[in-house]
Amino acid sequence: MRIAFHAAGASCEIALIGELDHHAARTAMAEIRTRLDQSLPASIDLDMRQVTFMDSSGIALILALYKHVKALDGELRLFSISPPVRKTLAAAGMDKLLDLSA
Amino acid sequence: MRKKPLNFVKLVFPSRSANESLARSVAAAFVSQLDPTLEELSDVKTAVSEAVTNVVVHAYPDKIGPVEMVLRLHEGNVVEIVVRDKGCGIEDVQKAMEPTYTTGGADRSGMGFTIMGSFMGSLAVRSRPGKGTAVRMQKVIGRAR
Repeated sequence: MRIAFHAAGASCEIALIGELDHHAARTAMAEIRTRLDQSLPASIDLDMRQVTFMDSSGIALILALYKHVKALDGELRLFSISPPVRKTLAAAGMDKLLDLSA
Repeated sequence: MRKKPLNFVKLVFPSRSANESLARSVAAAFVSQLDPTLEELSDVKTAVSEAVTNVVVHAYPDKIGPVEMVLRLHEGNVVEIVVRDKGCGIEDVQKAMEPTYTTGGADRSGMGFTIMGSFMGSLAVRSRPGKGTAVRMQKVIGRAR
């Protein structure tokens, strides 16, 4: 998995690229935390378009980002969610926390 | 007693996290003989990924141990997947299967068994503390057509 990170003032856009499983999530989360600590955005736009696979390890990563922005009174927005990724998010109840329609 | 499977594969590999993608690729290739929909294929890959990740994270927390995955094709387009380990086992299986319950901290969502159950349709977990765990999942492929 690769991460593309674009800071834009109080907000940032993170594109997740590749398979988001337990193996990938550990290094991806470490890299995202480093970038967040450098640019200190309050809100995150998460581009899911190039996520080719995701399991519950991805849920944990998204939950961690959700808690991060909520602590800063910011927003986490997911967009370009593929049908299989949306199904996994919904099975884990993430539709109660986030808008999964984009 | 169940009839002999029409086809089967048995795979043994070490509990390295890099093998999570290997296991789900093998499962996807095996299921492909049933001409699954993309959704069915994704369901199987996700469930296998959850089962193998559980072994990597929980069964062998401080070491690398063997993971056995058996894929069986039964009459009626039934795919049976068993993921077995010889790790630490689960004290309270019912508790472990509750949504959001995890002993893995913030890196884990506690949704693994929930996803396995909802994506496969049938899920059974047997575990003996100190001996290991076996997760058995079944799914009918192509029922929608």
